[in-house]
Amino acid sequence: MAKVNPKTTQTIARTLIWGAGAVTALILVAIVIYILARGLPFINWEFLTTVPRGGLSGEGGISSTIVTTLYLIGLTIAILVIPGVGTAIYLTQYARDNWPTNAIRYAINTLAGVPSIVFGLFGFALFVTVLSFNFSILSGALTLVCLLLPTLISTSEEAIRAVPPYQKEAGLALGATKWQTILHVILPAALPGIVTGIILCIGRAIGETACLYVTMGGSAAMPTSLLSGGRTMALHVFYLATDTSAFDKAMATAAILVIVVIIINSLTNWIARRFQLRLMGRS
Amino acid sequence: MDPKIETQKLSLFYRKFQALKSVNIKIREHNITSIIGPSGCGKSTLLRSFDRMTDLTPGVRIEGNTFLDGKSIFDPQVDVVELRKKVGMVFQHPNPFPKTIAENVAFGPKMLGMQNKMNMEETIEKSLRAAALWEEVKDDLDKSGLALSGGQQQRLCIARALAIEPEVILMDEPCSSLDPISTLKIEELMQELKEKYTIVIVTHNMQQAARVSDWCAFMLLGELVEYGATHNVFSRPTDKRTEDYITGRFG
Repeated sequence: MAKVNPKTTQTIARTLIWGAGAVTALILVAIVIYILARGLPFINWEFLTTVPRGGLSGEGGISSTIVTTLYLIGLTIAILVIPGVGTAIYLTQYARDNWPTNAIRYAINTLAGVPSIVFGLFGFALFVTVLSFNFSILSGALTLVCLLLPTLISTSEEAIRAVPPYQKEAGLALGATKWQTILHVILPAALPGIVTGIILCIGRAIGETACLYVTMGGSAAMPTSLLSGGRTMALHVFYLATDTSAFDKAMATAAILVIVVIIINSLTNWIARRFQLRLMGRS
Repeated sequence: MDPKIETQKLSLFYRKFQALKSVNIKIREHNITSIIGPSGCGKSTLLRSFDRMTDLTPGVRIEGNTFLDGKSIFDPQVDVVELRKKVGMVFQHPNPFPKTIAENVAFGPKMLGMQNKMNMEETIEKSLRAAALWEEVKDDLDKSGLALSGGQQQRLCIARALAIEPEVILMDEPCSSLDPISTLKIEELMQELKEKYTIVIVTHNMQQAARVSDWCAFMLLGELVEYGATHNVFSRPTDKRTEDYITGRFG
């Protein structure tokens, strides 16, 4: 075989890598544009503010599903953050490098690969039945917490490990206690990575259907408390697409779902930046 | 005069590896003591043991003892936070926090709960002046410490260490990542600081040790080979190994 000029291989490599990036971006943009183009024309004020009325033609709007989704995400993240980040702090700063620690880490990584419906069945058995939270947003949120903990722990652990060790040394050498160093030096530096982990979790929570179907029921009524059952937007899209002929409304709901994801992510980033400034001592 | 720091048969092990071999050294107050030696000779380990930063490495074991003002620093009753308040440290690479210049200096006093806000500004100015950085940054106290040049960052780290009013300042190759002009500034600064503080500096640079220090220790393979007045160590070394090292025959 003839030798290929290194410049040629360089050009080929660059084209391929550039192409791979372009294809990914194109697919993403195509999906978003398709959903928005199909969905946006059917969105109006009435669609956003009325409760789904059901029926084969998918009467009504999606108001209760938006509210249920926001409640569920809010509650899930509120319960998730402290044990998730706390475990990551424990694993990186306190745990010794011995077999129990490695066993915990192995368990976390294994849990991250378990299908969500398995968590759903567990949630149904424990939260819905044994603890009698019934079909409720609370049961759904607790199930999501179990599902998402491994993800948040791993991403937070990575973020904390990425903080240069000399930052920690600087804090300790100045007479700060270990906890002060964690709180005022390590966490602020790791925060952007931790927030990325939280956003990943929100994304997954918004997209979940199966494990919520078995823990929240799927009632289309407007939730009155965190103990109400409910139907998230993703579940509603599933209903509309499979049980009704209202494919347009499914698309419209999907479009709202995409917009909500974008809003929540921007909001999370904004809050995190404010929080980071405060931890660093600026208010 | 009683030594500020004194080690007695100090040995330190990283698991099975012995990094310090029965080191006996007396560090004199208000003097600059340099520790020189080839890479891996244990000089940084010795320095880091003075404020027990060696505790951070898993598997460290210590034999013998170290005294600060006649009190053992390894005594179980010793509060390591109190020790590090008295013994400050400046690291090899400038490591300011990603915070403003003012917050960097205020960090130590804040963590130690030393001051209220009123005299915090005073402390910040005093520390930055003492580190010969005030004139350059007095209008930019709200800028990030990371926006400074390498030499300025290192002086910021010195100011940060001075803010907790230590008695001893340990410097671990403080100029190794700095240009000659910044290095000169730090060296001049050290001469001013020794009036108030006891300074121990680890350096790879023998000219630097000869220029700045009053006392010089030469280490090799975890052993303290020679220790004496700097001009004696450099002009009339008593040990063949010291002579070989300072004349550049190895290391």
